[in-house]
This record gives sequence, C-alpha cells and structure tokens, in this order.
Amino acid sequence: MEAIRAFRTLKPYFLRYRRVFLLGCVWIVCTAGVGQVIPWLLGAAVDVLRDPARQQLLGPLCVAIVAAALVQGAFRFLMRRDIIGASRHIEYDLRRDLFAHLTRLSPSYYDRSRTGDLMTRSSSDLEAVRSVVGPAFMYSSNTVLIVSSSLVLMGWIDLKLTIFALLPLTGLSVVVRVLGRAVHERTLRAQEQESVLTGRLQETLSGIRVVQSYVQEENELTAFRRQAHELVRRNMRLVRAWGLFFPSMALIVGAGAILTLWIGGGQVVRGAITLGDFVAFNAYLMRLTWPMISIGWVLNLLERGAASMARINAVLETPPEIRDPAGPRSVEPMRGELELRGVTFAYANGPAVLRNIDLRVRAGETVALVGPTGAGKSTLLALVARLYDVQAGGVFVDGHDIREVPLRWLRRGIGIVPQETFLFSDTLAANIAFGSVDGGDVADLQQRIEAAADVAQLSEAVSRFPAGYDTVLGERGITLSGGQKQRTAIARALLRDPAILLLDDCLSSVDTYTEEEILRRLQAIMRERTTLIVAHRVSTVRDADRVVVLDGGGILESGTHEELMARGDYYAQLVEKQMLREELESDLLEESDESRAS
Amino acid sequence: MSREHLDDDAVSRAYDHELARRLFAHLKPYRGLVVLAVALLLVNSLLQLAGPWITKVAIDRHIAAGDLDGLARLALLYLGVILAGFSLQYAQFYVMQWVGQRIMFDLRTRIVRHIQRQELGFFDRHPVGQLMTRVMGDVQTLNELFTTGIVAIFGDLLTLFGIVIVMFLLDWRLALVANLVLPVLFTISMLFRSRVRNTYRQIRSRVATLNSHLQEYITGMRIVQLFGREATGEEQYAKHNAATRQAHLQTIRYYALFFPAVELVSAIATALIIWYGGGRVVQDSLELGVLVAFLQYAERFFRPISDLSEKYNTFQAAMASSERIFRLLDREPQIQDRPAARHIERARGHLLFENVHFSYKPGEKVLDGLSFEVQPGERVALVGATGTGKTSVLSVLTRLYEIQGGRVLLDGIDTRELCLDDLRRQVGVVLQDAFLFAGDITHNIRLGEEHIGAARVREAAELVHASRFIELLPHGYDTEVSERGSTLSVGQRQLLSLARVLAFDPAILVLDEATSSIDTQTELEIRDALHRVMAGRTSLVVAHRLSTIQDCDRILVMHQGRLRESGTHAELLRAGGIYARLYELQFRDQAA
Repeated sequence: MEAIRAFRTLKPYFLRYRRVFLLGCVWIVCTAGVGQVIPWLLGAAVDVLRDPARQQLLGPLCVAIVAAALVQGAFRFLMRRDIIGASRHIEYDLRRDLFAHLTRLSPSYYDRSRTGDLMTRSSSDLEAVRSVVGPAFMYSSNTVLIVSSSLVLMGWIDLKLTIFALLPLTGLSVVVRVLGRAVHERTLRAQEQESVLTGRLQETLSGIRVVQSYVQEENELTAFRRQAHELVRRNMRLVRAWGLFFPSMALIVGAGAILTLWIGGGQVVRGAITLGDFVAFNAYLMRLTWPMISIGWVLNLLERGAASMARINAVLETPPEIRDPAGPRSVEPMRGELELRGVTFAYANGPAVLRNIDLRVRAGETVALVGPTGAGKSTLLALVARLYDVQAGGVFVDGHDIREVPLRWLRRGIGIVPQETFLFSDTLAANIAFGSVDGGDVADLQQRIEAAADVAQLSEAVSRFPAGYDTVLGERGITLSGGQKQRTAIARALLRDPAILLLDDCLSSVDTYTEEEILRRLQAIMRERTTLIVAHRVSTVRDADRVVVLDGGGILESGTHEELMARGDYYAQLVEKQMLREELESDLLEESDESRAS
Repeated sequence: MSREHLDDDAVSRAYDHELARRLFAHLKPYRGLVVLAVALLLVNSLLQLAGPWITKVAIDRHIAAGDLDGLARLALLYLGVILAGFSLQYAQFYVMQWVGQRIMFDLRTRIVRHIQRQELGFFDRHPVGQLMTRVMGDVQTLNELFTTGIVAIFGDLLTLFGIVIVMFLLDWRLALVANLVLPVLFTISMLFRSRVRNTYRQIRSRVATLNSHLQEYITGMRIVQLFGREATGEEQYAKHNAATRQAHLQTIRYYALFFPAVELVSAIATALIIWYGGGRVVQDSLELGVLVAFLQYAERFFRPISDLSEKYNTFQAAMASSERIFRLLDREPQIQDRPAARHIERARGHLLFENVHFSYKPGEKVLDGLSFEVQPGERVALVGATGTGKTSVLSVLTRLYEIQGGRVLLDGIDTRELCLDDLRRQVGVVLQDAFLFAGDITHNIRLGEEHIGAARVREAAELVHASRFIELLPHGYDTEVSERGSTLSVGQRQLLSLARVLAFDPAILVLDEATSSIDTQTELEIRDALHRVMAGRTSLVVAHRLSTIQDCDRILVMHQGRLRESGTHAELLRAGGIYARLYELQFRDQAA
C-alpha cells in the first residue's frame, strides 16, 4: 500500500494529541484484556457444574461475569470517547488548517480549480481521513489485540488444538491479498465510469438549450443509459469480488470452529482438556469472528482514506504564489503614488493581456481607464492590488516594488470595487464594514458605515428595509438589486479609507441619475486619494484628471478629456457614439411615453 | 417568496410512511428477485443458528458418550452447513446488489428524463450541480438503503426471531430467563435512538452551516484577500468548525455509552443463563449441552441489536435523499404538450406573432405586445439595442419559454396546440455561443440522430466550409472534441453549428448571431455559409453584422419589447427612424 504514505501529513496532528492517543491505546488494551476474562469465566463455570464439590462457586462466577462486563464497558466507553474524540479534534484542526491555507492561495489557483472540487476536499475527503484516524485505528488495534491475545489464551488451553483451529486463518492472508487487489482494481474501474457518467450528464444539462431545441432528449437519454449501463456492469464486477470478502471471513472462522469441535471434542473425550476448557476455547474462537470480518471493512476505509488524504495533501502542498517577501521593506503610511513600469502580464498559459505598460499616477490623481472589452483594464487593477504577479516589469507604490513590501500594507491601502459584486450572507452593516481596518469602538464604526452608505447613495434604500443596516443578505435573507449590490460594494471600499481607490466599472448597474449623484459625492473623496476608475460611460470619465485608453493590451492614447477629444481618435469616437445613443434613447423614451399616454 | 426549493433538507424524520411506500414501489419490477434474496437470507439465518445447536449435540450425544465417529460425522455436517452458508450469503449479496444496481439505473433514467422535460426557466433557477447531486449522490444513498440497510435489518430481525424460537424449542424455562433482559435492551435502544436522532439533526444543520460558510469564502476569496479578511474568516470558520465538533463529540458520548450498555446487558443475560441453567444442570433437569448452546446464542443475540441501531443513520439519510428526489420528480414541467396536441410533418414556415407579452420575472417586461408576420421562405433580420428582447423572440418561438399573453402561430396554428417535439423539429437553432458535446465532430453535427448518414454530415460541413478545418484536424470527422478543454475557435464552433442546422434541414432557421469579434477570413466564410443555410428557408436572425442584415429580405426593428419599424435596409435608412440611427451607431464602421 504505497498510498498509505499520504498519511504522513497527519504526523504533527497525532503528535499534538499523543497523550489522548496513548491513553486511548491503554483503554484499547484494557478493553481487550478484560474482555478476554469472560470466556475464561464461562469455561470455569462449566467445569464447576461438572464438579459437585465446587458448585457453591457458581454464584460468585456469575457475579464475576457481570463485573467483568461492567469494567470492560467502562474501558470501552473511555476508548471510544478518547480515540473517536481525538479523531474529531484532528478533523477540526485539519479543517482549520486547510481553510487557513485556502485563504493564502492566490487567485490564479482559484482560476484553475472548481469550487465544487475544493468543497469535496474540505468535506467528504476530510471525513474519510477522519474515519481512518478514528474508527479504522480503533477497530484495527482492537482486532490485533483480540486476535493475538485469543491466540495466546487458546494456546494456553491446548496448543495442538489451537494450531488446528487456526490452520484456516492462513487462508486469511491469501483472501486479503488476492481479493484485495481485485477489489482495488475494480473499484477504480467503477469510479472511472462513474465520472464518465457524471461528465456526460453535466454536459447534457449544461447544453440543455441545444438538447431541447434539437429535440435530442431521447437520444441524450439513450446515451446516458448506455453509460449508466456500463456503470452497472462495472459495479457488478466489483460486487462479484467484494461479495466474497465477508463470506470468506465467515468461512475461515467457521472452519476453525469445525476443527475445534472435531479435534477439541476428541481431546475432551480423551481427557486431555476439560469440557470447560472446550467451551472457553469455543468462546475465544467466537470472539475472533467480528474482528476478522472487520478487516475487510477497515481495509476499505484505509483505501478511501488514503485517496482522500492525497487529495487534501495536493491542496496543502500548493504553495501560495503571492506571498510576503522574505525580508519585507519597512514602510510608512501609504501616500498613494502609483507607477507601472514596463508591465507585461498573461494569465496562465494564455496570450499576453498587457504588454509593456508604462503608467505613472501621482498621489491624489484620478485616472480613468477606457477601452473595449478584453483590453486589459480589469487586469491592470488586479495587478495593482497584487492579485497576480507581473511577468515582466514592475508595479510600484510610493516608489516600492509591491513584491518587496508586506502584502498587508499594500492591500490595507487599497479600496477596490470589483466589476462583479460579491457580497456575503451576512448583515448589510457587516458587509459594508467588511474591510474595516481596525476594531475601533462600535458607535464610531456604525457612524462610518452610515457615512460610507451615504456617499454610495445606499442610505435611502436602507431606510426602506425593516431591519435597516441589520438586514441580512443572501440565501437566508433578502436579495438586493444589481444597483444596490454595487452601491454596497462602493460603501465597503470607501469605509476602508484607502489611499488608492480602484473602481472597476462599478456604476454599470446604476441608473444615470444615481450615477451622477454618487459621482458628485465621490468627487470630494477622490480628490484626496489616488483613483483608477474603469468606466464605459463618458459621464463617469469626463471629470477625471486623465483618461487612458487601453486597447489590445497596450496604451492607445492618454490625456485629459479635452485633449483626447481634440485628437479625434478612439476616445473622441466613443464619446460621439455615446452622445448619439443617449439622444436616441431619450427620443425613444419620449416616444414611448407618448404612445402610452395616448 | 415563491422560490422553489428542491434542495431543502427539511426532513428529519427517520421514517415517513408515504415516502417509504413510494420508495419501495421501485422494488416492484424485481419482486421475484427480492423474494429470492429474502428466501436466501432466511435460510442463511437459519443456518447461522445451526452452530450452537451442533455444539450442543456434540457435547450431549458424542463427547459425553465418547463417540468419536459420531463427532466426526457431526463435524462433516457442520462443514456442509458452513459451505452452504458461504454460498447462500454470496448469492444473497449478489442478488441484492444486482437489484440495487438495476433500481439505481431505473431511477437515474427516470430522473434524467424528468429533468430534461423541464422548461428552460427551471434550469435558470436550478444550478446544474444541484441537479447532478439528485441523479448521482441521492440515488447512491438510496442504493445503500436497498442493498445494505434493508437486507441487514431483515437479516438481523430474522436472526433475532430465529434465536428466540430455537431457545424456546430447546428449553422454554431457560429461554424465559434468558429473555428477561429483552425489555431492558429495548428501552436502552429506544433511549439511544431518540438521543441520537436529535444530535444527528444538529450535526446535519451545523455541517450545512459550516459548508455554506466555506463555499462562500471559496467563491469570494478574492474579496476576502483584497480586504484583508483572512483572519476574520478563519475565526468565523473556527466557530462553525467548533460547533460541528461539539455536536459530533456529543454523539460519540451516546455511542460510547450505548455499546457498552448492550454488552453489559448481554453479560447479565449470560450470568442469568449460567446461574439458573447451571442450577438445573446440577439438578440434572437440564443437559449441559443445552446450556452451552444457550450461551452461544446469547452471544449472537446482541450483535443484531447494536447493528439495528447503527443502521438508523442509513435510514435517515435515505429518507432525506428520497424526499429530495421525489420533490424533483413531482415537479410538473411548466411547458408540455396539451392533450390531443397536433402533429405536423413539415411546416411551410409561416410565422405570426400576435400581441405577444413575455417576461422572465414578474414585473420585468421583455416582450410587450410584439406583433409581426413572416412569410414562408422569407429571411428576416431582428435588429435593436441590447436588452430589447430579440433573443427572447427566438426562445418563445420554440416554446423554450412560455409567453404570458398573445399568440405565436406557425402555419396558422397556435404553437401551444402543437406537439412540442414536432414544433422544435421545424426550427433549426444556431445559438450565440455554439455549445459542443463530448464526442467526435460527426456527433456534434448530427447529434444523436444516427439516421443522418456520414455522407450527409460531410455534405453539410462542406456547404458551410467547415470541412476545411475539419479535414485538418488529427482524425478528421472522428476527432474528439468537448466543451471543456476544446481546441476549436469560436468561429470554428459556429461553422459546426451551422453545419448542424444544414444536416437537420429544418423548415425554419433561427439564428442568434454572436457579437464577439471574429477575424475577417472567418467572417467571410461564415457569411457565405449563412447565405447557403438561409436559402429557401424561413429565417429569423438576430443580426449584429451588417453583412447578415443586408442578406435578409426584411428588417424588423425592435425597441423595448415592441416592433418599431419594418422594411428593407434602404427603406429604413430613407425613413430616418431608429434603424437609421442604430446604423449610425453600430454598423457604420463595418460598412467602411
């Protein structure tokens, strides 16, 4: 079992709980030890019955049996509590560490991973590993102890009988090896087919529009059934091997029982052992049944656990690409001076999105980024926040290469409103205060929340919610409109009081009137800090200190609104088109108002 | 809020009669096999009882009498019993697994068929992942119930009954004494079950909270990092994590108490048997072998009881899964054939929209009294600013979505009167983003229609010039493509879907032109391909490219869900209305 090595990750966790585990091992030994007394007591009782002189011992023996069971029960309780309990603690720690690691992994990692897959690793895979740490550990140690001590005790009763009774046990290793290999191989085949089937279904459902449009439901179903049928076939192949496991174990133990009956019975007749010994011997053999049968189960747990552990390791062993430098430079509070020097960037294995960009932004300056979809505007903002590292050139804040300063310092100084708003299922207040840098006192925080919401034109909407700022958003709460979400995100960024403000097309879902209101209030705030604003509407861009037009990964033109208008190039045409569109739209609006009125 | 919840975990009962009835209805087609499995189980359970009995006979008849030959015969009998047990157990396992696999197969087929019948709006509300869980995970859970849970419960109950009966057959007085502990045992089990049920419920809800927190953080990790909230996230997660651990530890305590309690009771039973039975052995009113057999039966008696309690979780999980599955199966598709829907072979291609009203969500009008007519064979372009409902026109035409007011008529028949499959077969759809299915190129052109021969596939591909890039692929028409990791460009995908339409040869062509920029060479090729596809067919095209618009007989200009202008390119330009200005805005550059 090569795969077992995956569990090396757990070493520090075991060490952390070594006391509980050691204690647990003590309980396992005690449980098994006391348990082994009971068959001996049974044997003694049977012998007492055959000996009229000692019959007064019967009562005390019965009491002893109950007492032994009581003590064993107590040990078993402790064993379960400690071992299974420790496994839950390890699960807790591992889950916590996995989450902590996830928070450190870079956006590029999330670009190439699927949420569902990461969820599986932190839920069912974790549970599978826990089953190895807890139940599998407990049952396998129990098996080892019961089997070995039973052997010793049985050997003590009669060595020859023991050897015969255990002869069938040699079959065990054969069963485990041969069947184990078959089961392993067939499980893999079945799992493969299961993912084929899953992929097939996923595709049908993702392409449901085409499927329905082309009346392909029956054909898709036929194809699905074909794959599902193959899964049945492979599962049955697995069943044929797997199904032998438990009956084989029962057979092995049963064969032992037969030999005991036959040979042991002869021993009793010949007087080599007493009838009591015979009964006790039988009882020990019976006690082997369950531990033996559990071997198959434990192996199964181990195998699944090892595969899960490997998947978890893959996450834990992925180094975060964006990290603090080894010896970060000491820095002062951020002023907000920003510079891109010869920046070139491409997403993993993709074509370059930005090529050799040079851009200098003075502290307090507002620069608008304009350009067609795919020009690299959002990417540029992501690079400033160091969500990705550039491939060539560098990004400098206050003169420091951002790869050489602490990440916390950089991000603390930046307030970003991303293109796609992501809010958490929490209260509105918590969402706005999401980025609050320091604790501060509560009343002050509430004040700052309200001030930020005010600038973002959110306060009016909030006043209409019954619970106000304590309104819960998301699945278990209310759904905000697109515009309300964007405004919440703006408030969230403003609350951080950042030196650099990055606004990525953040007013797209807001109507023109509200946009103007927000812009008007933002003006004062933007004047005090460096702002990069990506926008499509000219109304948003016009008042910036400078407009930079990006196209095809490079800077096409740059200057004030007036300068670019005078050049009559891309920007000027954009403005012209928009004015035309606005004109058209307002005309049509008037028209439709008229037609509705009539 | 009238949102449907197909993923709700409302179930906390372990057993719901109505659910169970529906669940077991799935066993019906396999009645014979189930009966066989139960029979095998029954015989096997009886065989399980043989061991102690044989021991008893051995002690009383042979060992006591010193009859070694008889002992050997008995051992041989025992061997027979054990071999039979081995075969029966294997056969029973195999049969039950086979039934389980068939039921999974049936159930999955049924769910997939049902999901596919749902109207498109359903898929807007239910993410693919959630539907996948119904088909894969939930069905698997049911399988565990059918194959392991029920069989184990049946087997355990049979064993219990068998043991009790054999005990009474052997010696009714001793049996009564041994069974004195039964009421205690049942009380313990009941107590345990009710406690575990509560904590199990608690665990479920805490794990759900934990996972939804995790999901949210994974999805929003970028924001978390940008706002430096990693530590706070970890703290909150730790809180949920700790709550989950607490609930688990609580359950451990119950389990840790339950199992030893059962063993203690078992030991008490053993002691009672020895004390009472031993007394009678001494008085010679009971054979020693019977006592030993009783002791062995008592040992086997308690295993099923612990087992039954363990199976409880399987049961509860299965009930939750089946409720989710049935809730999905109970959902009637909102768009389906009317009774006595009309069939058509091939439409002439006359289309009429009469005062059509449509919206995806209440209160957000998309089509607002749209009316227009298209003659058979006419090529019509739909033009308008983004968000004026052009794509929706195409969707309601094939009843992917149902209109809320007005009528859509095909050849003078209300589309709602038509058989849905017939209607959709009349209309060939080319979507904005050409979706590829896993399979080779041929499969992507003819989809599942095997009757479309390879020759026709090639012909279609050649007509739209797709053959050129296809032949350059490593295996030509047999090259495997898939939606994920596809190497085909957007333009190539579009050519493929145009070839698809040609191969299907529909009476009506519906095309949602892609807005994404395509290089000039491909653009020219697509234009030519389109031209060929539209020839002789009623065509309705949401057009973004001037070239496409100019190829059409007539242009319909939409605004805010209504038809505003209609005419040829030249007519509309002359009229100087919306089209003229849209042209200014969107197409002037292309014309240059």
